[in-house]
Formats: sequence, structure tokens, C-alpha cells
Amino acid sequence: MTAWRPWGGPGLLGGERSIRKEEERRRGIFTRRAAVLGAIQLGAFGFLGSRLYRLQVEEGARYATLAEENRVSARLFAPPRGRILDRNGKVVAGNRLNWRALLVAEQTADVGATLETFSKIVPLADHDKARIEREIRRNRRFVPVILREFLSWEEMARLEVNAPDLPGISVDMGTTRIYPETEHLAHVVGYVAAPAERDLDDDPLLQLPGIRVGRAGVERHHDRILRGRAGAVEVEVNAVGRVIRELDRREGIPGQDVQISIDAELQKVIRGKIDEGTTAVLLDARNGEVLAMATKPSFDPNIFNAGVSAAQWRQWTAARTTPLINKATNGLYAPGSTFKMIVALAALDAKVCRPGDIVSCPGHLDFGNNRFHCHNRNGHGGMNMRSAIMASCDVYFYEMARRVGIDRIAAMANRFGLGVDLDIELPGTRRGLVPTRGWRQAQGKPWSIGDTIVHGIGQGFYQLTPLSLAVMTARLATGRAVQPHLTRTIGGRPARGSRPEDWPSLGVAEADLRLIREAMWGVVNGGGTAGVARIPGQYGQLAGKTGTTQVRRVTREQRERGYNANAVPREWRPHALFVCYAPHDNPLFALSVIVEHGTSGSGAAAPLARDIMVEAFQRLGPARPGQRVAEAGR
Amino acid sequence: MIFERRLLTRDRGTGILEKLWQIPWSFVLLLCGVAAVGYVALLSAGSGNPDLYAQKHAIRFGFGLVMMLCIALVDIRVIARFAWLGYLGGVALLVLVLLHGNIGKGAQRWIDVGPIQLQPSELMKIMLVLALAAWFHRASWERIGNPLFLIPPAIAVLVPVGLILKQPNLGTALITCMIGAAVFWAAGMRWWKFAIGFAAAAVAAPIAYDRLHDYQRARITTFLDPESDPLGAGYNIIQSKIALGSGGMWGKGFLQGTQGHLNFLPEKQTDFIFTMIAEEFGLVGALTTLGMLLLIVAFCYLVAFRSRHQFGRLLAIGLGTNYFLYVFVNVAMVTGSIPVGGVPLPLISHGGSAMLTVMLGFGLLLSAYVHRDAEMGPMRE
Repeated sequence: MTAWRPWGGPGLLGGERSIRKEEERRRGIFTRRAAVLGAIQLGAFGFLGSRLYRLQVEEGARYATLAEENRVSARLFAPPRGRILDRNGKVVAGNRLNWRALLVAEQTADVGATLETFSKIVPLADHDKARIEREIRRNRRFVPVILREFLSWEEMARLEVNAPDLPGISVDMGTTRIYPETEHLAHVVGYVAAPAERDLDDDPLLQLPGIRVGRAGVERHHDRILRGRAGAVEVEVNAVGRVIRELDRREGIPGQDVQISIDAELQKVIRGKIDEGTTAVLLDARNGEVLAMATKPSFDPNIFNAGVSAAQWRQWTAARTTPLINKATNGLYAPGSTFKMIVALAALDAKVCRPGDIVSCPGHLDFGNNRFHCHNRNGHGGMNMRSAIMASCDVYFYEMARRVGIDRIAAMANRFGLGVDLDIELPGTRRGLVPTRGWRQAQGKPWSIGDTIVHGIGQGFYQLTPLSLAVMTARLATGRAVQPHLTRTIGGRPARGSRPEDWPSLGVAEADLRLIREAMWGVVNGGGTAGVARIPGQYGQLAGKTGTTQVRRVTREQRERGYNANAVPREWRPHALFVCYAPHDNPLFALSVIVEHGTSGSGAAAPLARDIMVEAFQRLGPARPGQRVAEAGR
Repeated sequence: MIFERRLLTRDRGTGILEKLWQIPWSFVLLLCGVAAVGYVALLSAGSGNPDLYAQKHAIRFGFGLVMMLCIALVDIRVIARFAWLGYLGGVALLVLVLLHGNIGKGAQRWIDVGPIQLQPSELMKIMLVLALAAWFHRASWERIGNPLFLIPPAIAVLVPVGLILKQPNLGTALITCMIGAAVFWAAGMRWWKFAIGFAAAAVAAPIAYDRLHDYQRARITTFLDPESDPLGAGYNIIQSKIALGSGGMWGKGFLQGTQGHLNFLPEKQTDFIFTMIAEEFGLVGALTTLGMLLLIVAFCYLVAFRSRHQFGRLLAIGLGTNYFLYVFVNVAMVTGSIPVGGVPLPLISHGGSAMLTVMLGFGLLLSAYVHRDAEMGPMRE
């Protein structure tokens, strides 16, 4: 290309006129092209304007919400957990202040050195140190990390004195659950622990660090009520989440106190009387309130709060005595002779015998090729229903069972709360087992008359909880379908079911029930099997029934040599049972007692039941105001 | 008439005072107004503290203003004479930045010139416009029709574009291409040649995409679906849209923009300064600002139409397109209309390099306006 000189001589075209003409043409082209370009650029500005209009006006509200969500962060805080009180207002699950040491990493120049100083004042376990380092690494530097919980006064004082050497460390106050009754009420009250994955529901509270939820017992059943509703602080946060200021605070709803029907003092006294493997359930016969539910061994629920060590957990779960299991609701036992009232009622209800019908007891019943023994080898002679219950004659009930059939027995048992789900506030309560012909056949096995005969004395497949036996006794005593329950008041308001009228009648003939009650009275007061259980006259009279259930079959050879249950190893000895209610003429209390390997109901369970009843009368008896029932003199 | 007026003012011996009188002070006032908007926005970006950004911005603008006015007084013919020298200088700086540049965001973009950091690619765009204007200045319609004549200016565009791509800076390279194309278009290149060029670009784009850096691809994919990666690459766009949208019609008020002040808005003092304005002053403030920027571009067209020589016309169109592209790309970027490209909003956003190069360009523009009737020599075949 030739060099170009802007202000050089005349161009090749030459001539002023043609230059002007060409210039005009070029200028025209430029003008058109520039106009196109300008129009494009103006259009682009228009596009930007419309885009802004759409974002800021048409979608403005949506983006305003998003900006608010960005800016405002709701921080939850836990309300205090509701307490659990016993029937006298004694706190059985409460809250205790928990002083915690926190570290904010960004407030100290050297985290390592600060931790070092801290651990000289308050010792830290190695696993704690590892956890702290992990949390500091994981969290943003302004998030407080818990160094130690449950600081003692002395430790707090030392931290205060050394505060200048502990930049970034502060002490804050939380709460922790405390169970003053320790192991005495552990199975009823339950315990709290950190929520597991399956506990997480829609409650945002559970996302909070350090939150505890009820994991067993009343703590679990009433968890929502006790937990309350989370309070929230709305704070303005910046892009990295640091709190700039507090915008709004909404106090949470504190958890409500739950009052349960247990008498903690009575419970403690009863537990003082029983040995390992023994269970006693005391109900208010009129309304089903559980007054005491004692079993041994137990555990200290306070341990769960801070976390159970692996060794402790192994020890609990490996123990044959199963301390973690509430035997009152989860222990399964054959009812033995305590079941005979049900068989009798089923026979009366089905009209297969009249109360006065005599069955002769020669000491055994032969049926087919089998011989069914009575506990009295010499036989009771002629027995009517009343005397059969009082003497606990097996042959009489073999015969009754044979007459009435297993299914009608089962139906009667279910009416009395046996083998059905009980509506009690203890999660995991077992239903037990009351066999029927259909149940056995569903397993592909036949049901024979012989099976029915064995079940007539409460042996065989029966698996019942001590709680359900107490319910059966209460229903026998009152004729009402009382359900066992623990809740008396929630947040001060009475819960349903505290009045006898709240419970419907069982619909069992009153005459039949009266006969059974008379017989049970006779067991204790009329020369029956449990004369030992008689209680002092001022408390009225006690009516009950003994039971002894084999845990190991007694062989023919043993029987012929003269079987002595006390001579065999302890874990082979029969369980001892006793169910009773009192006073006979105006039932207040219903009680079931099971002494594992107690050998005999009258020997081990009845005297214990008597003592428990006396304690119950002394603490909760009719002398106390407000306890007397209206229907006196029945 | 026109011819006579040209004769009257064609003498380049016009005095300094006469030239100062010729400077369009309303435009200078407009620039000051835009810079004032920038000052207010940067004051807000600094949470009301002028020491952070606003003060520096004012000082830089003052410096740029003096430089612009000085350049405005330089004869357009002198500028035209040294146009290619300036171009070569720009290319040299681009080479220098590749060899010795500072690395920012994975690309070599800056070189330190005394106290300021210079981004040669910004300067290059001005120099390219100068060189192209000089090349096409005396070319007749017939001559532009000759493909051979278009090869040297095409090379003049592609050399800096290649160097900018090498940094790598895809956005600026594309913008440089567009500025070049605008000048080619205004100079009178046949439209069907443009059509062929666009078709070639459309074919080349997928091939080029393969050669893109990961972060450049991420930008494009993020643009296509910002919500796909809300905490990663899409975060900027989403937060910017939230800030814009939540500003509404009247805005949240000065210093009240939560998105900006709580740091949800990224790079709020530089690339996203327009978002800051829109959040705090609403659609009204945003459109007012946009209108002022539109006036600046419109003034460039005014200069182009009033210039009596092709050099001035092409220079004004090129510079106008340059500023237009800054504004369009930046605002389109913060409204989520095109991929985030790291393009500042000169005169408003914080940063010396873009401000000074833009003021340099406006100096040239003013010179073209002041010397709009200068005799630039006859056309060549």
C-alpha cells in the first residue's frame, strides 16, 4: 500500500467538484450506516431498560422476598423442657443448670495455646480434644464451640480468675435433665438423650445442637408436650453468616409440666422391699391410675443425659437380669392359678356350669392317654366354684376349661385386659399372648382338648405382663373396663380418666363377679391358700389369688419321688404370683406381684403383696382427704 | 453554505482560547454528572466511608478530566498522524503484558505503570479505533469494495485480538472484535461481506468453545442456567438479580441496600456497581443512570454526524461503540442477560485503568469535535 498522507497533495481523482461529489456520496453512506448502528445501540439500551423493568417492577416482589431470606436468618433456641411430677407434686424429672465453657476461635490469636491453657485449668480428655479440634476446623471462626459441659463451681471460679489468659473462652448457662429418683422411677419416667436419625421429625427444635428428646417411658410418650415449642431470634446476617444485629425475638413456648399418678415415695418404699427379679404393679382400682410400678434391677437414667459409655451399655445389655427392661410392661409370664378367675367367669358366662356344681377332685384328671395332675396329689374331693378358687383346685379348672373351650376363655381374658394392647403411656409395652384355637392353627399346629385343659390353670402358651394382671384384678374388683394410665395433669389441667365414671362397665354379670370376689376374699380370709396375706382390720379386708408357675416341667419320676421345689437350683424354681385388691367391700387398690423363682405364690408373693398393700393404705388410704369414693358400703 | 463555513475554519492556526470555546462543555458537565453518580455509588459501596473507594474515584476522574481536556486541544491532524504509532504502542504493551504481566483470575492482564495498574487491552481498543479510522479515512466507496484493501485493517484487528485471547480474556477479545466490526461497517464495507463473516464466526464458535478455558466454559454454562450451581459460578448472577429486583421502583435508599452492605453482592465496587445503584435507588435511579450513559453514546454520534472528515466520523463511531459496549455488556451482565465477563462500568465503577482509557478516548472525541471542520486532505481512490 502506498503511504498515506492525510494532508498531502491533490488525490488521484483530482478536481474540486468530483472530490466534493465523492465526499457527499461517502458521507451519505456513512450517515445511513451510522444510523443503523445507532438504532441497534438504542435498541440495546431499550432492551436493558425493559430488562430492568422486568426485574425490578414485575418480579420485584419475588426478589424482595429472596433478599429478605438472604438477610434474615432465624436462629432457634430451646425452651426449658417441662418437668415430670409425681402425684404429690414431687419433681421426678427436672432441669438443672449446666455451665458450659465455650470457645470462639476468632476471638483468640492462637487457638492451640488457649486450649492448652484451658486444659491446665479444666482437664480435657483426649477424645474431647479431638472433638474440639474437629469442630473448630469444621465451623466458621465466629461460631462458639463447646469445650466442656457440667462445669463445677470450682472449675468456673478458676476459669474466671484466669480469664485474662483465656481469650475467646466464655462460660454460658444451659440446662440439663436431672432425675432425683435415680433408678427408682427409671422405667416409668424414662430418660432423654440426643435425638437419633429416626427421631427427627418436622420440629425444627431437633436440629439444635445439644437438644435432648425423650427416648423411653413418659419422657418419650409426652415428648412433644414436654419439649415445648422453639423460640426464635431473627437476626440479620451477612454473606458469610455472621450476625450483624437482632431484628426480632419470639419467645418459645416452654414445655408443659406433666404430673403422673405414681407416688414416688411409695415406689421407693416398694422397691426397698423387693428383690432382684421381682415386679409389683399397684393400680388405683377405681380409675386405673398407676400408683407404683416397681421392678428390680433398674438403672440410673441420669447417665443417659451425658451419654452412655460403651462399657456401661455392654454391661446393661449383657446382664441376664435385663436392668434396662421394664418387666412390669415387658416381662412376660404365665399367669398360673391367678388366671383361674377368668376361666371361672368364662364358664359362668357360657353357662356351662352353675356356681354350686360339684366337681370331684381325686388329685388328677385323666383325659385320653394323659393324666393331668392337681397340685394337691391327694385330691381336694368335691369342689364347687368358690371352694375351687379358694383351694386353687386344678382339676376343677381342668374340667371347666374342657367344658367352656379355649376360645371363650380367651375372649373373657381379653375383656379383662389380658392379651390386648393396653393404653398406657409407656412406649414399647407388650401385649402378651392369650392363645386361641385359631392362633395355634395359624401356626400350622393342631389344637387338642388336652391343650385346652392345660390352659385352664393358666399354664401353656400364656404370656402376660405383670401390668396386665394388675389390670385384670382392678377390673375384677370394679367391673369397669379401667385402662392403666400414668398421666394425671398436663400443664395443670386434669387429664381424662381420673374418675371411675370415665370407664365403661365390662358388661360381665354382676352376680358372677360377686361370686368371684367372694372366692378371692375367701382365698385370704376364708381359709384359702393365702391366709398369710391378711391385712390389719383398719384397712379393710384383702381379696386375692395366688399363682405358682413352673418354669421347668416336673417329670413323672420327680413327682413320684416327692417333688420339692426348694431343693432344685434357683433358676429352675417356679415363679410366684399374687394378685389382689383391697378393701374387699370398696376396692381402692389393685396389685399384682410376681417373684421370679419365688417357688410358691402363697409363700413368696402373697406376703410381699400384703406388705405393699399396707404401705399403700398408709400413704394413700381412705383416711386421706379426697380419696374416699362415693359408692361406699357396696 | 457548508463549503464556505469550512473555508472559514479550516485554518489550523486557530488559537487556544477559540478551541476552549469550541469544547462542548455540556458534554463535560454530563461526564461530571456520571462521575458524581459513581461517587455516590462508591460512597455506598464503602458503607459511607469515602476513603475506601469514592475519594480515589474523584481524584482519578479529576486527573482524567484534565488529560481529556488537554487531548481535546491537540489538533486532530496530529492525532491522525500518530494513529498507527499509537496502535503499535498498544500492541507492544499487549506483548509486554504477556511476558511480564501480573496474573489476575488466571489471566495475565495488568502491568504496573507507576502507581496505577494498566490493562493494555483497554488501551488497545482506543488505539485500534484510531488506526482503523486513519486507514479508512481517505478510502473511497470503490476502494473499500476492493477485498485486498480490507486485508491490512483486518490483520490490524486480529493481531490484538489474538494477543488478548492469549491472556486469556475472552470477553475483551470479543468486544475488541465488535468495535473493529463497527468501524468496518461505518466505513462502508459491503454488507454481504459482513454476512459471510458472521457465518464464518457461527461455524467457528463450536470449535472455539472446545479450546476455551474451563472457567470460560463455566461462565457460558452458568449463564445458560444460573440456578444450576447456586453457590458456585451462578452465585454472582443470582445475588445480583436479587439485589436488582429487591430494589423495586424506588429503591431501598442510600446506604440501605442489604444485598450490597451485607456482602451478598460480589465485587460490588467494581463490576457490580450498577447493581448497587439499582438496589438503593430503584428502577428510577437505574434508568436515570442508564439515560445519562445513553447521552454519552449519543454525543459520540453527534460528533460523528457533525464531523466534516471521515477520520473524525469513524473515530467518533468507534469510540461511541467502545463506550456503548462497556455499558451494554456490564448492565446486561448484572441483569443476568449475558455471561459474567468482568467488564467494568467506566466512570462509575472503581478502577483506574478503564476510567483513564475511557477519558483518553473522550479526549480524542472532543478533539474530533473541536476540529470537526479541519481540512484533512482529499480522498484517494
